[in-house]
Formats: sequence, C-alpha cells, structure tokens
Amino acid sequence: MRYVCLIYFDPQRVFDQSATSNAALAEVGTYNADLRASGHIVTSEALQLPNEAVTVRVREGKMSTTDGPFMETKEMLAGFIVIEARDLNEAVQIAGRDPFARLGAVEVRPVVDYSKPRPKL
Amino acid sequence: MSTPAAHVALDAAYRRDARRALATLIRLLGSFDAAEEALHEAFCAAAEQWPREGVPANPYSWLVSTGRFKTIDRWRRQTRLAGSLPEMAALAGTAPEPFMPEEIEDDELRLIFICCHPALAPDARIALTLREVAGLTTEEIARAYLVPAPTIAQRIVRAKAKIRDEAIPYEVPCYSELPARLESALQVIYLIFNEGYGATQGPSLTRADLCIQAIRLGRLVVDLLDDCDAIGLLALMLLHEARRATRVDPAGDLILLEDQDRSRWGRAQINEARSLIDRALLSRRIGPYVLQAAIAAIHAAAPSFAATDWPQIVALYDVLVRMDPSPVVKLNRAAALAMTDGPAVGLTTIEQVMTEGGLDNYYLAHAARADMQRRLGNTEAALASYSRALELTQQPAEQRFLEVRLSQLRAESGARQ
Repeated sequence: MRYVCLIYFDPQRVFDQSATSNAALAEVGTYNADLRASGHIVTSEALQLPNEAVTVRVREGKMSTTDGPFMETKEMLAGFIVIEARDLNEAVQIAGRDPFARLGAVEVRPVVDYSKPRPKL
Repeated sequence: MSTPAAHVALDAAYRRDARRALATLIRLLGSFDAAEEALHEAFCAAAEQWPREGVPANPYSWLVSTGRFKTIDRWRRQTRLAGSLPEMAALAGTAPEPFMPEEIEDDELRLIFICCHPALAPDARIALTLREVAGLTTEEIARAYLVPAPTIAQRIVRAKAKIRDEAIPYEVPCYSELPARLESALQVIYLIFNEGYGATQGPSLTRADLCIQAIRLGRLVVDLLDDCDAIGLLALMLLHEARRATRVDPAGDLILLEDQDRSRWGRAQINEARSLIDRALLSRRIGPYVLQAAIAAIHAAAPSFAATDWPQIVALYDVLVRMDPSPVVKLNRAAALAMTDGPAVGLTTIEQVMTEGGLDNYYLAHAARADMQRRLGNTEAALASYSRALELTQQPAEQRFLEVRLSQLRAESGARQ
C-alpha cells in the first residue's frame, strides 16, 4: 500500500537554533537514507516556506492568484514523503521515526485506490 | 539457482516463516516496531541475495539473524548521532546462537500470550492478535470489523505502547498463571471466530477469513500447548465451520439447524473435531469449550433434527450450566429441553431464565420464547415476542427471518378469525 506522509511544522520552532531542533534537523539525512535503504521510500521533497508560494484559483473561467498562503496557522505544510508500507500501522511506524514528528506533526494519508468506488459523503 | 526459483522460495518463506521469524525477532530485539522493521529489512536482503547466492538451508534462521544484524547495524549508526542506547549494550555482545526448535515454538506462543494479555482492552487484543500473530494488515482487520482503518491503527499503536510502558514481559506465563492467561487467549480466538461466523452483514469474504484465521490460531495453540481447553475450542470452531455453508441460502437468508442440508456438512472437519474431543476427554479436566464441542458433535452426528440425541444434549447442558451458569447457556439448555419435554416445559424454562435477567436485549431469547409460544398455539404472545426480537437485531438476514415468521403467524391468525 502507498501512503503519503505530510510533514507539518512551525518554522519558528524548527529554526530556533535550539539544541533539540538542531539535533532533529541533523537526523533528517539519516532518516531519509534509512528509508531509501529499506526500500520504503517512493519519493520525498522538502518545501520552501509558504511566503515563496502562489495560490491559484479558477472561478467562472477566470484565473486569480494570491501570494502565500500566509501563515495564519503556526504549523504549515513543510514537506512530504511518499512511502510503500505493508499497512497503515507500518506507515505510522515509519512516520513516527521522522525527526520532524518530534518538532511538528506527520499526517499519514493512504493514497486513493481507483479500483474502489468514490467516497459517498 | 535461477531467479524465478529464488522468488518462489522467497514467497514460500514469507508464507511459512514470516510470522515465526517476527515472533523470534520481537523476543531478540525487545520491541514490536524494531522487529517488524528488522523483518522487512531481512526480506529486502533476501530478495537481493537469494537469487545470487542461493536459498539458505534454513530460511527462518537466515531471516532472523539477518534481521537482527541489520537492526544492530542501524542502531550503531544511530548511536553515533544520538549517544548510546541501552539496547545496544545488551545486543552487541551476544553472538548468534543456534535456534532451538522448542525456542522457536515458544516464540509464537509468547507472541499470542502478549497480544492477548489481560492488561490490554479486548478490542486491542483482537486487533493486535490478528495483525501480529495472524499477519493481517490494519486495513484487512478494519474491513472485517467494519471499522475505519485509523481506529484499528490507533488500537494497535496504543496496545504496543502499553506493552512497552508497563513492561509486559514477552514470555510464556508460568504454570500458576497459565490457566487465566490461556483463558484470555482462547477467548480472543473465539471472539475472532464468532465475529466471522455470527454476523451476516458486511462483505462475506473477509468475514469468512476471520473464521479461517481463528481456526489457524486455535490450531497453533493446540500444536504448541497440549491443553484440553484449547483442543476443545479448536473442535468447537471446526464443528461450526463444517456447517457454515449450509446456514445461509443463496439469497443470504438464514437456514435454521432443522432445515439445513446435512449432506453438505464438512465431514473432514467433523471427523477431525471428533478425534480432538476424544483426545480432550482423556485428560478428564473437562472445560466449557469441550462440552460445547461435544454438544455440537452430537448435532453433527445426527442424521436429522428429529433423530438428534436430545437427552444426551440436555445432559451435557446440565454439566455446562454447572460450570458456566450464564443466562445464554441456560437459554440454550432450555431450548434443548423443549425437544425432550415439549414446548410447554421449554417455555416455562425459558421464561424462568429470562426473569433471572441479563437477556432483555438478547434477540435470541425473545425469538426462542416466540418459537415455543408459536408451537403451543399462543399466536398473540408469539407475535409480541417475535416483534420484540425484531426490534433487537440489526442483522438483515435475521430481520428477514423474523419478518417471515411474523407474516406467517399473522396470516394464520387472520385465517382462523
């Protein structure tokens, strides 16, 4: 099964130069290398801060763009890792080893299986 | 060795050895999560090495020692970053030891006992046992129990945290604790079986899987621990399983025991169960599972519902009631008594059990009372009891069965008036 681990954190916290934050940041490389070695990783990217982003919407055929999103909430999407795991619990374990899970949060989302019917909401 | 042959060997090793290897790795590494990771790494290494170097003579030992050394290796690397870990000291010094067969068997038993530990909530025991011992995925368990996958995932995460935080030891319980601990393990296995057997809603395939898994777990316990309660449970599950296909018609409607096609009952399972019951009876320590299996075996042996040895069934229920005086057991005894002494005695006994309490919301109690009332011609009372039973069940097949009974009775009472 394929899952996407969405990493959220507060940049003020992660880049505060504290020993805890720096230790976690130093571990990110090993964590990624371990996931690559174990064959769990499909792809991963770290994202620049949202103030580098543009948000696009099309309404009634017209495109509008805005800067941001601006950081109204402290925790922002900071990166993602696409993994292959046996099941949700293995994915949760893998996410739990991510150093950013200690500083922020990692959301584990199963990818859509198109052989299944669309959700009824 | 050619590559396809290595892949076949790898698949076979996965099916045959993965669960056992995991059980041993949990003991060696002292952690579920580390063990699962180690097993994953061992299989990755096998996929790479076996096609090139050949399949090892003992794939299980190879997987365990590879997984273990990969973990030690990773811990070493992490230690350089994070300072020394206590686990390192314990592991680094020990040389790979030969794996004794008894020890391997104990590992699986340890795993069952830790997953079924009474300190864990019953829901957590079931989820953990299905995932760690039976090897189902979180998503499969969620589908079988009609529960969202994150709910099951959290049960498993919390159960593992509890095992770690409370330092629940990974061991086969000592002799004095064994009966209580085994009871909890057998209960989990029986709950898994009943979930698959009793419910007729939801995707039928995954439900049947639960029964197959429960029987496999039951067989594992019997193989590892020659205990008569475990033998009795396995026999009981096999006897239920033998009748599974005849309990529901192609439209998904319930077929009562008296109307089931007995020629389609699984003879191999019935015969296996019979010899298990004989084996359990030799021990002379007869528990409730053996008794229930013995009752089910009498049904299985009977050529028809009418020709069933009902006095023998009532006699076995009398013993069972003494051992387990629960309202449900008493209700079942009352239903059997109605077959020997007639519906009037049956009705009196059922009503007596119902006044003792505990059955008010149990639809089968109301359905059983309704059946007696119907047979005695108390149509109005029977209609009321069937209606009450109908209010209490959520299962579509049971609802349809009760609705048919209600409309038959209404038609009869209408015809008389």
